Amino acid sequence: MRWLPVFKKEMRLYFGSPVAYVVFTFFLLISGWFFSQIFLFYSDASMRSFMQPQFGQNLNVVDNVMRPLFTNMSVVLLFFIPMLTMRLFAEEKKAGTMELLLTYPVRDGEVLAGKYLAALALYLILLGLTLLYPGLVAYFTRVEWGPILSGYLGLILTGAVFLAVGVLISSLTENQIVAGFGTFGVLLVFWVIGWGAEFAGGTLRTVLQYLSIGDHLEGFTRGLVDTKDLVYYLTGVGLALFLTLRSLESKRWRG
Amino acid sequence: MIQVDNLTKRYGPVTAIQDVSFNVDKGRIVGFLGPNGAGKSTTMKILSCFMPASGGTARVAGYDVFSQSLEVRRRIGYLPENAPLYPDLSVASYLDFVAEIKGVGRAARRGRVADVMERCFVGDMQNRLIGKLSKGYRQRVGLAQALLGDPEVLILDEPTIGLDPRQIAEIRALIRSLAGQHTVILSTHILPEVSMVCDGVIIINRGRIVAQGTESELVQQAFPSARIELRVAGADGDVAGAVAAIPGAVGVQPRPARDGSVGLLVEAARDRDVRPDLVRLVTGKGWALQELHQVGMSLEEVFIRAVAGEPEPQEPVPAAEETR
Repeated sequence: MRWLPVFKKEMRLYFGSPVAYVVFTFFLLISGWFFSQIFLFYSDASMRSFMQPQFGQNLNVVDNVMRPLFTNMSVVLLFFIPMLTMRLFAEEKKAGTMELLLTYPVRDGEVLAGKYLAALALYLILLGLTLLYPGLVAYFTRVEWGPILSGYLGLILTGAVFLAVGVLISSLTENQIVAGFGTFGVLLVFWVIGWGAEFAGGTLRTVLQYLSIGDHLEGFTRGLVDTKDLVYYLTGVGLALFLTLRSLESKRWRG
Repeated sequence: MIQVDNLTKRYGPVTAIQDVSFNVDKGRIVGFLGPNGAGKSTTMKILSCFMPASGGTARVAGYDVFSQSLEVRRRIGYLPENAPLYPDLSVASYLDFVAEIKGVGRAARRGRVADVMERCFVGDMQNRLIGKLSKGYRQRVGLAQALLGDPEVLILDEPTIGLDPRQIAEIRALIRSLAGQHTVILSTHILPEVSMVCDGVIIINRGRIVAQGTESELVQQAFPSARIELRVAGADGDVAGAVAAIPGAVGVQPRPARDGSVGLLVEAARDRDVRPDLVRLVTGKGWALQELHQVGMSLEEVFIRAVAGEPEPQEPVPAAEETR
């Protein structure tokens, strides 16, 4: 397996340049801001439930803190993930290093695997750092870990799809800005496409709902791991990576 | 080791190389010579499996560059034009990456990387980021990565560009030392480099090979007769006539007179050195010999003839066909 050297090189480049640190800093800053606001609102609400007991009946820390936090983080990822993936192929093409990389004795699939897994590893580290938030909640109160874990699984899968789309678009251009903005645009389209379902009927409604990335995350944040959603994410990753491989291989015969 | 047959590459309507054919035997160093845009880099990109040809075949170490690309890539070291490298990696970590990707085992890697750094004179910069290096150092790091993995065939696109004269000499000596175990094809437009480093020369112009062979073969082909420039002072009588009478002299052309001296360009058969005869003639007549030297035997003259002697480019026929 020759994907490992590519993986290690990409990790060195992420951490040897400011990319990883800038993305980490701002993602944690923004998600931390969301967390503190949601948590303050929740503690305020639970305080009030002492006065009005019927108000507190549905008060559940996972539903009222972690669920909105997961949704908010997934929206922030929409902006941040293109920044992680845009350089992966575009930079190498622009700098000409692609010429060397493709003439080393590695298969295109190994190059792709190394790069994708590096981006995925970086993303997992980023998500790992946000475990601080449920940790803090658990420090103050009793939590159910099941829905939190399924929520993280949902975020991992969402991120995996975002990253795969980003890698695909980066392989299509040698301009990093085009790669970053293109990825953001495609992801945003898949994010808002579900909104159209409200006014559509019949099959179209089902299709639009199924394509929407956000709708599939919904179940995970409630603690529901549905095979329908798993299939959605995994086919999304598979399709994007398959197309990336085709785009890399075309270099060898297209000229 | 390298067999190229009728290789053709078109970029849309532009033909970069046309029917290029040559062979390079194992252990030889061949210089690829041509003006800018002649098709040197295109040929090298095809040989290194980076891009496919539009027609023809190329085999490296017996493997086809298109259908057995991975086998070819296991056996080549490639230095592309301008040595593209990762600016955010240090020299040592970059070379470690290359060694690993070329399949050098973990145990041997450190030693191999240290070895190529020493051979390419970049050891003193090993912890520096590549982006902070001068052009000469970057070029040598590029050469170091090509040497890693001890490939049978080295494809070097302008290996000495951007180096200072001392570095050029060191790198040429390094390439020269590769002869025997490695087969090297290098491109350049520095003519003396070919004479110093290469066993054979391939001259390419406007996408076609215009001459190939060893340097002395090419010189002999281009100049079937030796040319000697002679200048005498104090001459009375018909110098040209006297010279033409020397056995072996094929032709005599006058050169412009200078300060009353007579200049001649003598063409003579290659198998017979007429210079002693010329000296005897001049001294025998009591003339003063000012100059006597052989001219126009260098590769440079061959190159200029080969490149300038090409007919004007015909209207590209394939272009017309393709637009149809």
